[in-house]
Amino acid sequence: MRTEDRHEDLLRALAPQVLGALVHRYGRFDACEDAVQEALLAAATQWPREGVPDHPRAWLVTVASRRLTDELRAEQARRRREDAVAAEPPPAPVADTDDTLALLVLCCHPALSPASQIALTLRAVGGLTTGEIARAFLVPEATMGQRISRAKQTIKAAGGTFALPPERELADRLRVVLHVLYLIFNEGYSATAGPDLQRADLVREAIRLTRSVLALRPDDGEVAALLALTLLTDARRAARTGPDGALVPLAEQDRALWRREEITEGAALVTDALARVRVGPYQVQAAIAAVHAEAPRAEDTDWPQILALYELLEGMAPNPVVTLNHAVALAMVRGPQAGLDLLATLDGDARLRDTHRVEAVRAHLLELAGERPAALAAYRSAARRTTSLPEKRHLEARAARLG
Amino acid sequence: MKYMLLIYQNPANWQELPDGERDAIMSDAGAIVEELTASGELIGGEGLADSSLAKTVRVRDGVPAVTDGPFVEAKEHLAGYCLFECETPERAIEIAVRWPDARHWAVELRPLMTASGEEM
Repeated sequence: MRTEDRHEDLLRALAPQVLGALVHRYGRFDACEDAVQEALLAAATQWPREGVPDHPRAWLVTVASRRLTDELRAEQARRRREDAVAAEPPPAPVADTDDTLALLVLCCHPALSPASQIALTLRAVGGLTTGEIARAFLVPEATMGQRISRAKQTIKAAGGTFALPPERELADRLRVVLHVLYLIFNEGYSATAGPDLQRADLVREAIRLTRSVLALRPDDGEVAALLALTLLTDARRAARTGPDGALVPLAEQDRALWRREEITEGAALVTDALARVRVGPYQVQAAIAAVHAEAPRAEDTDWPQILALYELLEGMAPNPVVTLNHAVALAMVRGPQAGLDLLATLDGDARLRDTHRVEAVRAHLLELAGERPAALAAYRSAARRTTSLPEKRHLEARAARLG
Repeated sequence: MKYMLLIYQNPANWQELPDGERDAIMSDAGAIVEELTASGELIGGEGLADSSLAKTVRVRDGVPAVTDGPFVEAKEHLAGYCLFECETPERAIEIAVRWPDARHWAVELRPLMTASGEEM
Protein backbone atom coordinates (compact mmCIF):
# COMPACT_ATOMS: atom_id res chain seq x y z
CA MET A 1 0.00 0.00 0.00
CA ARG A 2 1.31 3.46 -0.86
CA THR A 3 2.11 5.84 1.99
CA GLU A 4 -0.58 8.26 0.82
CA ASP A 5 -3.16 5.46 0.94
CA ARG A 6 -2.08 4.54 4.46
CA HIS A 7 -2.49 8.18 5.53
CA GLU A 8 -5.86 8.31 3.88
CA ASP A 9 -7.08 5.10 5.54
CA LEU A 10 -5.88 6.34 8.91
CA LEU A 11 -7.57 9.72 8.48
CA ARG A 12 -10.83 8.14 7.41
CA ALA A 13 -10.82 5.74 10.33
CA LEU A 14 -10.06 8.55 12.79
CA ALA A 15 -12.52 11.08 11.36
CA PRO A 16 -15.65 9.92 13.23
CA GLN A 17 -13.70 9.47 16.48
CA VAL A 18 -12.31 12.99 16.32
CA LEU A 19 -15.68 14.46 15.43
CA GLY A 20 -17.33 12.49 18.24
CA ALA A 21 -14.76 13.78 20.75
CA LEU A 22 -15.34 17.37 19.66
CA VAL A 23 -19.11 17.18 19.73
CA HIS A 24 -18.99 15.66 23.24
CA ARG A 25 -16.79 18.50 24.42
CA TYR A 26 -18.36 21.48 22.66
CA GLY A 27 -21.78 20.48 21.35
CA ARG A 28 -22.55 22.22 18.03
CA PHE A 29 -22.35 19.40 15.50
CA ASP A 30 -22.28 21.79 12.53
CA ALA A 31 -19.33 23.88 13.72
CA CYS A 32 -17.42 20.83 14.99
CA GLU A 33 -17.87 19.08 11.66
CA ASP A 34 -16.35 22.04 9.81
CA ALA A 35 -13.44 22.13 12.25
CA VAL A 36 -12.75 18.40 11.81
CA GLN A 37 -12.81 18.80 8.03
CA GLU A 38 -10.18 21.53 8.32
CA ALA A 39 -8.07 19.37 10.62
CA LEU A 40 -8.27 16.48 8.14
CA LEU A 41 -7.19 18.76 5.31
CA ALA A 42 -4.30 20.04 7.45
CA ALA A 43 -3.23 16.47 8.20
CA ALA A 44 -3.44 15.49 4.55
CA THR A 45 -0.91 18.18 3.67
CA GLN A 46 1.31 18.05 6.77
CA TRP A 47 1.63 14.34 7.51
CA PRO A 48 3.18 13.33 4.19
CA ARG A 49 5.74 16.12 4.67
CA GLU A 50 6.45 15.87 8.38
CA GLY A 51 5.48 12.30 9.16
CA VAL A 52 2.50 10.95 11.07
CA PRO A 53 2.47 12.29 14.65
CA ASP A 54 2.91 9.80 17.51
CA HIS A 55 -0.70 10.26 18.56
CA PRO A 56 -2.58 11.02 15.35
CA ARG A 57 -6.03 11.07 17.00
CA ALA A 58 -4.89 13.52 19.69
CA TRP A 59 -3.17 15.63 17.01
CA LEU A 60 -6.40 15.86 15.03
CA VAL A 61 -8.49 16.63 18.14
CA THR A 62 -6.07 19.41 19.11
CA VAL A 63 -5.98 20.98 15.65
CA ALA A 64 -9.76 20.70 15.21
CA SER A 65 -10.39 22.13 18.72
CA ARG A 66 -8.12 25.08 17.94
CA ARG A 67 -10.01 25.79 14.70
CA LEU A 68 -13.31 25.46 16.51
CA THR A 69 -12.42 27.75 19.41
CA ASP A 70 -11.08 30.33 16.94
CA GLU A 71 -14.37 30.14 15.11
CA LEU A 72 -16.47 30.29 18.28
CA ARG A 73 -14.45 33.27 19.57
CA ALA A 74 -14.92 35.12 16.30
CA GLU A 75 -18.61 34.33 16.44
CA GLN A 76 -18.83 35.57 20.02
CA ALA A 77 -17.10 38.80 19.10
CA ARG A 78 -19.56 39.27 16.26
CA ARG A 79 -22.45 38.74 18.65
CA ARG A 80 -20.98 41.08 21.26
CA ARG A 81 -20.78 43.74 18.63
CA GLU A 82 -24.45 43.13 18.06
CA ASP A 83 -24.98 43.58 21.82
CA ALA A 84 -26.17 40.06 22.34
CA VAL A 85 -24.89 37.88 25.13
CA ALA A 86 -23.27 34.75 23.87
CA ALA A 87 -23.26 31.78 26.16
CA GLU A 88 -20.09 29.72 26.26
CA PRO A 89 -20.91 26.12 25.31
CA PRO A 90 -20.78 24.03 28.47
CA PRO A 91 -17.75 21.76 28.42
CA ALA A 92 -18.78 18.15 28.68
CA PRO A 93 -16.52 15.28 29.66
CA VAL A 94 -15.01 13.47 26.70
CA ALA A 95 -16.38 9.96 26.71
CA ASP A 96 -14.14 7.29 25.30
CA THR A 97 -16.84 5.59 23.27
CA ASP A 98 -17.24 4.82 19.61
CA ASP A 99 -19.48 7.51 18.24
CA THR A 100 -19.68 6.12 14.73
CA LEU A 101 -23.25 4.87 15.15
CA ALA A 102 -24.53 8.09 16.72
CA LEU A 103 -22.88 10.07 13.91
CA LEU A 104 -24.34 7.86 11.20
CA VAL A 105 -27.81 8.13 12.69
CA LEU A 106 -27.48 11.91 12.85
CA CYS A 107 -26.11 12.24 9.29
CA CYS A 108 -28.93 10.04 7.99
CA HIS A 109 -31.53 12.22 9.70
CA PRO A 110 -34.98 11.64 8.17
CA ALA A 111 -35.41 15.38 7.53
CA LEU A 112 -32.68 15.19 4.86
CA SER A 113 -32.97 14.14 1.24
CA PRO A 114 -31.02 11.00 0.28
CA ALA A 115 -28.46 13.09 -1.64
CA SER A 116 -27.79 15.18 1.48
CA GLN A 117 -27.66 12.13 3.74
CA ILE A 118 -25.09 10.57 1.44
CA ALA A 119 -22.92 13.69 1.22
CA LEU A 120 -22.95 14.36 4.95
CA THR A 121 -22.29 10.72 5.83
CA LEU A 122 -19.29 10.55 3.52
CA ARG A 123 -17.82 13.72 4.96
CA ALA A 124 -18.61 13.46 8.69
CA VAL A 125 -18.33 9.70 9.14
CA GLY A 126 -16.30 8.66 6.11
CA GLY A 127 -13.74 11.44 6.53
CA LEU A 128 -13.78 12.28 2.80
CA THR A 129 -13.10 15.84 1.77
CA THR A 130 -15.75 17.92 0.06
CA GLY A 131 -13.60 17.85 -3.09
CA GLU A 132 -13.43 14.06 -3.10
CA ILE A 133 -17.17 13.72 -2.63
CA ALA A 134 -17.83 16.30 -5.35
CA ARG A 135 -15.59 14.44 -7.82
CA ALA A 136 -17.27 11.13 -6.99
CA PHE A 137 -20.69 12.62 -7.73
CA LEU A 138 -19.50 14.62 -10.73
CA VAL A 139 -20.58 18.01 -9.41
CA PRO A 140 -18.53 21.14 -8.67
CA GLU A 141 -16.98 21.35 -5.22
CA ALA A 142 -19.01 24.49 -4.45
CA THR A 143 -22.23 22.58 -5.12
CA MET A 144 -21.23 19.77 -2.80
CA GLY A 145 -20.04 22.18 -0.11
CA GLN A 146 -23.35 23.97 -0.20
CA ARG A 147 -25.25 20.68 -0.07
CA ILE A 148 -23.35 19.67 3.06
CA SER A 149 -23.77 22.96 4.85
CA ARG A 150 -27.48 23.04 3.98
CA ALA A 151 -27.81 19.50 5.34
CA LYS A 152 -26.29 20.57 8.64
CA GLN A 153 -28.66 23.53 8.88
CA THR A 154 -31.60 21.24 8.19
CA ILE A 155 -30.58 18.83 10.94
CA LYS A 156 -30.20 21.71 13.37
CA ALA A 157 -33.62 23.11 12.45
CA ALA A 158 -35.17 19.66 12.83
CA GLY A 159 -33.73 19.42 16.35
CA GLY A 160 -31.40 16.53 15.52
CA THR A 161 -29.07 15.77 18.40
CA PHE A 162 -25.88 13.85 18.76
CA ALA A 163 -27.26 11.06 20.90
CA LEU A 164 -28.51 7.63 20.06
CA PRO A 165 -32.31 7.47 20.14
CA PRO A 166 -34.04 4.87 22.34
CA GLU A 167 -33.70 1.31 21.09
CA ARG A 168 -37.14 1.13 19.44
CA GLU A 169 -36.60 4.28 17.42
CA LEU A 170 -32.99 3.31 16.77
CA ALA A 171 -34.12 0.29 14.78
CA ASP A 172 -36.01 2.54 12.34
CA ARG A 173 -33.21 5.07 12.12
CA LEU A 174 -30.74 2.28 11.48
CA ARG A 175 -32.83 1.17 8.47
CA VAL A 176 -32.29 4.64 6.99
CA VAL A 177 -28.55 4.37 7.69
CA LEU A 178 -28.40 1.02 5.90
CA HIS A 179 -30.30 2.44 2.94
CA VAL A 180 -27.86 5.36 2.68
CA LEU A 181 -24.88 2.99 2.82
CA TYR A 182 -26.49 0.88 0.10
CA LEU A 183 -27.05 4.00 -2.06
CA ILE A 184 -23.38 4.95 -1.62
CA PHE A 185 -22.39 1.44 -2.65
CA ASN A 186 -24.61 1.49 -5.73
CA GLU A 187 -23.39 4.90 -6.78
CA GLY A 188 -19.86 3.51 -6.91
CA TYR A 189 -20.73 0.08 -8.24
CA SER A 190 -22.95 1.24 -11.11
CA ALA A 191 -20.23 3.53 -12.46
CA THR A 192 -18.63 2.20 -15.60
CA ALA A 193 -16.64 5.24 -16.64
CA GLY A 194 -15.65 8.66 -15.46
CA PRO A 195 -13.20 9.25 -12.66
CA ASP A 196 -13.09 5.55 -11.81
CA LEU A 197 -10.86 5.90 -8.81
CA GLN A 198 -13.24 8.13 -6.94
CA ARG A 199 -16.21 6.00 -7.83
CA ALA A 200 -14.50 2.78 -6.72
CA ASP A 201 -13.72 4.64 -3.54
CA LEU A 202 -17.45 4.87 -2.86
CA VAL A 203 -17.71 1.08 -2.98
CA ARG A 204 -14.79 0.72 -0.60
CA GLU A 205 -16.22 3.40 1.68
CA ALA A 206 -19.70 1.83 1.78
CA ILE A 207 -18.26 -1.58 2.61
CA ARG A 208 -15.93 -0.12 5.23
CA LEU A 209 -18.75 1.81 6.93
CA THR A 210 -21.10 -1.20 6.81
CA ARG A 211 -18.36 -3.25 8.47
CA SER A 212 -18.04 -0.69 11.22
CA VAL A 213 -21.82 -0.72 11.79
CA LEU A 214 -21.74 -4.52 11.96
CA ALA A 215 -18.97 -4.36 14.56
CA LEU A 216 -21.27 -2.16 16.68
CA ARG A 217 -24.48 -4.12 15.97
CA PRO A 218 -23.20 -7.69 15.58
CA ASP A 219 -26.61 -9.22 16.26
CA ASP A 220 -28.50 -7.29 13.58
CA GLY A 221 -29.07 -9.72 10.73
CA GLU A 222 -29.91 -6.92 8.29
CA VAL A 223 -26.55 -5.20 8.85
CA ALA A 224 -24.73 -8.47 8.23
CA ALA A 225 -26.92 -9.03 5.17
CA LEU A 226 -26.16 -5.61 3.71
CA LEU A 227 -22.46 -6.30 4.09
CA ALA A 228 -22.99 -9.68 2.42
CA LEU A 229 -25.04 -8.15 -0.40
CA THR A 230 -22.40 -5.52 -1.14
CA LEU A 231 -19.57 -8.07 -1.04
CA LEU A 232 -21.40 -10.54 -3.27
CA THR A 233 -22.30 -7.80 -5.75
CA ASP A 234 -18.84 -6.22 -5.74
CA ALA A 235 -17.34 -9.66 -6.36
CA ARG A 236 -18.72 -9.42 -9.91
CA ARG A 237 -17.25 -5.99 -10.65
CA ALA A 238 -14.43 -7.10 -12.96
CA ALA A 239 -16.82 -9.26 -14.99
CA ARG A 240 -19.66 -6.78 -15.40
CA THR A 241 -18.07 -4.66 -18.11
CA GLY A 242 -16.37 -5.71 -21.30
CA PRO A 243 -13.08 -4.27 -22.59
CA ASP A 244 -15.06 -1.55 -24.42
CA GLY A 245 -16.90 -0.57 -21.26
CA ALA A 246 -20.18 -2.16 -22.38
CA LEU A 247 -22.22 -3.92 -19.72
CA VAL A 248 -22.08 -7.70 -19.64
CA PRO A 249 -25.30 -9.31 -18.37
CA LEU A 250 -25.06 -11.75 -15.48
CA ALA A 251 -25.75 -14.76 -17.70
CA GLU A 252 -22.81 -13.93 -19.97
CA GLN A 253 -20.22 -12.91 -17.40
CA ASP A 254 -16.91 -14.75 -17.19
CA ARG A 255 -17.37 -16.23 -13.75
CA ALA A 256 -13.65 -16.90 -13.44
CA LEU A 257 -13.34 -13.13 -12.94
CA TRP A 258 -15.65 -13.18 -9.92
CA ARG A 259 -13.69 -12.61 -6.74
CA ARG A 260 -13.85 -15.78 -4.67
CA GLU A 261 -12.68 -14.14 -1.47
CA GLU A 262 -15.61 -11.71 -1.42
CA ILE A 263 -18.06 -14.45 -2.39
CA THR A 264 -16.84 -16.71 0.42
CA GLU A 265 -17.12 -13.96 3.00
CA GLY A 266 -20.50 -12.79 1.66
CA ALA A 267 -21.96 -16.29 1.50
CA ALA A 268 -20.85 -17.06 5.07
CA LEU A 269 -22.48 -13.83 6.27
CA VAL A 270 -25.74 -14.69 4.51
CA THR A 271 -25.87 -18.17 5.97
CA ASP A 272 -25.30 -16.73 9.40
CA ALA A 273 -27.77 -13.86 8.89
CA LEU A 274 -30.52 -16.16 7.63
CA ALA A 275 -30.32 -18.09 10.88
CA ARG A 276 -31.74 -15.05 12.72
CA VAL A 277 -35.32 -15.09 13.92
CA ARG A 278 -36.47 -12.11 11.88
CA VAL A 279 -35.59 -12.11 8.21
CA GLY A 280 -35.46 -8.71 6.47
CA PRO A 281 -35.21 -7.51 2.85
CA TYR A 282 -31.40 -7.27 2.81
CA GLN A 283 -31.16 -10.87 3.98
CA VAL A 284 -33.35 -12.00 1.10
CA GLN A 285 -31.48 -9.89 -1.47
CA ALA A 286 -28.14 -11.15 -0.16
CA ALA A 287 -29.44 -14.71 -0.34
CA ILE A 288 -30.41 -14.15 -3.99
CA ALA A 289 -26.93 -12.79 -4.73
CA ALA A 290 -25.42 -15.81 -2.98
CA VAL A 291 -27.46 -18.27 -5.09
CA HIS A 292 -26.17 -16.54 -8.25
CA ALA A 293 -22.63 -16.60 -6.88
CA GLU A 294 -22.80 -20.31 -6.15
CA ALA A 295 -23.58 -21.30 -9.74
CA PRO A 296 -20.37 -22.29 -11.57
CA ARG A 297 -22.10 -21.57 -14.93
CA ALA A 298 -25.17 -19.45 -15.71
CA GLU A 299 -27.12 -22.57 -16.68
CA ASP A 300 -26.42 -24.08 -13.26
CA THR A 301 -28.33 -21.25 -11.53
CA ASP A 302 -30.90 -22.54 -9.07
CA TRP A 303 -33.78 -20.48 -10.49
CA PRO A 304 -36.56 -22.16 -8.46
CA GLN A 305 -34.78 -21.07 -5.30
CA ILE A 306 -34.29 -17.54 -6.66
CA LEU A 307 -37.97 -17.44 -7.58
CA ALA A 308 -38.97 -18.49 -4.07
CA LEU A 309 -36.74 -15.77 -2.62
CA TYR A 310 -38.26 -13.11 -4.91
CA GLU A 311 -41.74 -14.21 -3.84
CA LEU A 312 -40.62 -13.75 -0.24
CA LEU A 313 -39.12 -10.33 -1.03
CA GLU A 314 -42.21 -9.22 -2.93
CA GLY A 315 -44.31 -9.98 0.15
CA MET A 316 -41.86 -8.23 2.46
CA ALA A 317 -40.83 -5.12 0.55
CA PRO A 318 -43.00 -4.84 -2.57
CA ASN A 319 -41.73 -2.39 -5.18
CA PRO A 320 -41.68 -2.33 -8.99
CA VAL A 321 -37.94 -3.08 -9.24
CA VAL A 322 -38.47 -6.25 -7.22
CA THR A 323 -41.37 -7.17 -9.52
CA LEU A 324 -39.09 -6.73 -12.57
CA ASN A 325 -36.52 -9.15 -11.18
CA HIS A 326 -39.28 -11.44 -10.01
CA ALA A 327 -40.61 -11.55 -13.60
CA VAL A 328 -37.20 -12.65 -14.90
CA ALA A 329 -36.97 -15.41 -12.27
CA LEU A 330 -40.52 -16.50 -13.06
CA ALA A 331 -39.68 -16.67 -16.77
CA MET A 332 -36.64 -18.85 -16.04
CA VAL A 333 -38.75 -21.31 -14.05
CA ARG A 334 -42.17 -21.31 -15.75
CA GLY A 335 -41.32 -19.95 -19.18
CA PRO A 336 -41.20 -16.48 -20.75
CA GLN A 337 -44.97 -16.02 -20.97
CA ALA A 338 -45.37 -16.30 -17.21
CA GLY A 339 -42.75 -13.58 -16.84
CA LEU A 340 -44.41 -11.38 -19.45
CA ASP A 341 -47.78 -11.74 -17.67
CA LEU A 342 -46.26 -10.58 -14.39
CA LEU A 343 -44.51 -7.73 -16.20
CA ALA A 344 -47.84 -6.58 -17.63
CA THR A 345 -49.01 -5.81 -14.09
CA LEU A 346 -46.43 -2.99 -14.04
CA ASP A 347 -47.86 -1.19 -17.08
CA GLY A 348 -48.73 2.35 -16.09
CA ASP A 349 -47.20 2.00 -12.62
CA ALA A 350 -46.51 5.57 -11.54
CA ARG A 351 -43.68 4.44 -9.27
CA LEU A 352 -41.59 3.27 -12.20
CA ARG A 353 -39.96 6.44 -13.40
CA ASP A 354 -37.39 4.75 -15.58
CA THR A 355 -39.79 2.92 -17.84
CA HIS A 356 -36.90 1.74 -20.00
CA ARG A 357 -36.26 -0.94 -17.40
CA VAL A 358 -39.67 -2.52 -18.00
CA GLU A 359 -39.08 -2.35 -21.74
CA ALA A 360 -35.61 -3.89 -21.38
CA VAL A 361 -36.94 -6.82 -19.36
CA ARG A 362 -39.88 -7.20 -21.75
CA ALA A 363 -37.45 -7.27 -24.68
CA HIS A 364 -35.37 -9.97 -23.01
CA LEU A 365 -38.44 -12.12 -22.24
CA LEU A 366 -39.85 -11.64 -25.75
CA GLU A 367 -36.51 -12.75 -27.15
CA LEU A 368 -36.63 -15.86 -24.95
CA ALA A 369 -40.15 -16.48 -26.24
CA GLY A 370 -38.84 -16.32 -29.80
CA GLU A 371 -40.89 -13.25 -30.71
CA ARG A 372 -38.14 -11.47 -32.59
CA PRO A 373 -39.92 -8.43 -34.09
CA ALA A 374 -41.60 -7.56 -30.79
CA ALA A 375 -38.33 -8.10 -28.92
CA LEU A 376 -36.49 -5.86 -31.39
CA ALA A 377 -39.05 -3.08 -30.97
CA ALA A 378 -38.86 -3.36 -27.18
CA TYR A 379 -35.02 -3.27 -27.19
CA ARG A 380 -35.06 -0.17 -29.40
CA SER A 381 -37.64 1.54 -27.25
CA ALA A 382 -35.65 0.75 -24.08
CA ALA A 383 -32.41 1.96 -25.72
CA ARG A 384 -34.04 5.28 -26.59
CA ARG A 385 -35.46 5.81 -23.13
CA THR A 386 -32.53 4.97 -20.90
CA THR A 387 -30.39 7.78 -19.50
CA SER A 388 -27.47 5.39 -19.00
CA LEU A 389 -24.87 5.32 -21.77
CA PRO A 390 -23.59 1.80 -21.05
CA GLU A 391 -27.16 0.45 -20.84
CA LYS A 392 -27.97 2.16 -24.12
CA ARG A 393 -24.99 0.54 -25.79
CA HIS A 394 -25.94 -2.85 -24.39
CA LEU A 395 -29.57 -2.55 -25.52
CA GLU A 396 -28.55 -1.34 -28.99
CA ALA A 397 -26.21 -4.32 -29.31
CA ARG A 398 -29.09 -6.66 -28.40
CA ALA A 399 -31.32 -4.97 -30.96
CA ALA A 400 -28.60 -5.25 -33.63
CA ARG A 401 -28.30 -8.98 -32.95
CA LEU A 402 -32.00 -9.41 -33.69
CA GLY A 403 -32.32 -6.90 -36.51
CA MET B 1 -30.86 13.25 -11.33
CA LYS B 2 -29.06 15.84 -13.40
CA TYR B 3 -30.95 18.01 -15.83
CA MET B 4 -30.14 20.65 -18.37
CA LEU B 5 -32.68 23.39 -18.76
CA LEU B 6 -32.42 24.78 -22.29
CA ILE B 7 -33.67 28.34 -22.40
CA TYR B 8 -35.15 29.59 -25.65
CA GLN B 9 -35.83 33.17 -26.66
CA ASN B 10 -37.01 35.01 -29.72
CA PRO B 11 -34.45 37.81 -30.19
CA ALA B 12 -36.92 39.94 -32.15
CA ASN B 13 -39.57 40.12 -29.49
CA TRP B 14 -36.99 40.22 -26.67
CA GLN B 15 -36.15 43.67 -27.94
CA GLU B 16 -39.80 44.63 -28.13
CA LEU B 17 -40.44 43.76 -24.50
CA PRO B 18 -40.96 46.68 -22.13
CA ASP B 19 -37.88 47.50 -20.03
CA GLY B 20 -39.65 46.42 -16.87
CA GLU B 21 -40.37 42.96 -18.25
CA ARG B 22 -36.80 42.48 -19.46
CA ASP B 23 -35.57 43.43 -15.98
CA ALA B 24 -38.12 41.09 -14.40
CA ILE B 25 -36.91 38.18 -16.55
CA MET B 26 -33.31 38.82 -15.54
CA SER B 27 -34.04 39.20 -11.85
CA ASP B 28 -36.46 36.24 -11.71
CA ALA B 29 -33.86 34.02 -13.35
CA GLY B 30 -31.21 35.40 -10.98
CA ALA B 31 -33.41 34.56 -7.99
CA ILE B 32 -33.81 30.95 -9.14
CA VAL B 33 -30.05 30.62 -9.65
CA GLU B 34 -29.52 31.96 -6.14
CA GLU B 35 -32.03 29.49 -4.74
CA LEU B 36 -30.40 26.57 -6.58
CA THR B 37 -26.98 27.68 -5.38
CA ALA B 38 -28.10 27.83 -1.75
CA SER B 39 -29.75 24.41 -1.95
CA GLY B 40 -26.69 22.77 -3.46
CA GLU B 41 -28.58 21.87 -6.64
CA LEU B 42 -26.89 24.21 -9.11
CA ILE B 43 -24.11 22.74 -11.23
CA GLY B 44 -23.68 25.57 -13.70
CA GLY B 45 -25.25 27.74 -16.32
CA GLU B 46 -24.47 30.49 -18.80
CA GLY B 47 -26.18 32.79 -21.21
CA LEU B 48 -25.28 32.45 -24.88
CA ALA B 49 -24.39 35.33 -27.19
CA ASP B 50 -26.80 36.14 -30.01
CA SER B 51 -27.25 33.39 -32.57
CA SER B 52 -26.07 35.76 -35.32
CA LEU B 53 -22.62 35.19 -33.82
CA ALA B 54 -22.94 31.43 -34.16
CA LYS B 55 -20.79 29.39 -36.54
CA THR B 56 -22.09 26.09 -37.78
CA VAL B 57 -19.41 23.54 -38.54
CA ARG B 58 -19.79 20.46 -40.72
CA VAL B 59 -17.02 18.08 -41.72
CA ARG B 60 -17.65 15.96 -44.83
CA ASP B 61 -15.03 13.56 -46.12
CA GLY B 62 -12.57 15.25 -43.83
CA VAL B 63 -13.30 18.71 -45.26
CA PRO B 64 -14.60 21.26 -42.76
CA ALA B 65 -17.25 23.74 -43.86
CA VAL B 66 -17.83 26.65 -41.51
CA THR B 67 -20.91 28.79 -42.11
CA ASP B 68 -22.20 31.84 -40.26
CA GLY B 69 -25.36 31.51 -38.25
CA PRO B 70 -27.17 28.80 -36.34
CA PHE B 71 -27.65 25.20 -37.46
CA VAL B 72 -31.42 25.50 -37.57
CA GLU B 73 -33.24 28.52 -38.96
CA ALA B 74 -35.88 29.22 -36.37
CA LYS B 75 -37.56 32.15 -34.69
CA GLU B 76 -36.59 30.92 -31.25
CA HIS B 77 -32.94 30.40 -30.43
CA LEU B 78 -31.09 28.76 -27.62
CA ALA B 79 -30.29 31.69 -25.34
CA GLY B 80 -28.72 29.93 -22.41
CA TYR B 81 -28.74 26.90 -20.19
CA CYS B 82 -28.93 25.98 -16.55
CA LEU B 83 -27.48 22.71 -15.32
CA PHE B 84 -28.74 21.37 -12.01
CA GLU B 85 -29.16 18.21 -10.00
CA CYS B 86 -32.32 17.58 -8.04
CA GLU B 87 -34.01 14.83 -6.13
CA THR B 88 -37.13 14.16 -8.23
CA PRO B 89 -38.49 14.82 -11.76
CA GLU B 90 -41.28 16.84 -10.10
CA ARG B 91 -38.73 19.24 -8.64
CA ALA B 92 -37.10 19.63 -12.06
CA ILE B 93 -40.43 20.52 -13.63
CA GLU B 94 -41.18 22.95 -10.82
CA ILE B 95 -37.92 24.78 -11.58
CA ALA B 96 -38.68 24.84 -15.30
CA VAL B 97 -42.19 26.18 -14.74
CA ARG B 98 -40.81 29.08 -12.71
CA TRP B 99 -38.12 29.95 -15.25
CA PRO B 100 -39.19 33.38 -16.57
CA ASP B 101 -38.43 32.74 -20.25
CA ALA B 102 -41.15 30.09 -20.20
CA ARG B 103 -43.69 32.93 -19.82
CA HIS B 104 -42.78 34.34 -23.25
CA TRP B 105 -41.08 31.55 -25.19
CA ALA B 106 -40.21 28.09 -23.93
CA VAL B 107 -37.72 26.22 -21.85
CA GLU B 108 -36.82 22.59 -22.49
CA LEU B 109 -35.91 20.21 -19.71
CA ARG B 110 -33.58 17.37 -20.66
CA PRO B 111 -32.20 14.66 -18.36
CA LEU B 112 -28.46 14.10 -18.73
CA MET B 113 -27.02 10.76 -19.76
CA THR B 114 -24.86 9.07 -17.15
CA ALA B 115 -21.95 6.67 -17.44
CA SER B 116 -23.50 4.47 -14.76
CA GLY B 117 -25.55 1.42 -15.51
CA GLU B 118 -26.82 -1.86 -14.17
CA GLU B 119 -26.03 -5.16 -15.79
CA MET B 120 -29.22 -7.00 -16.60
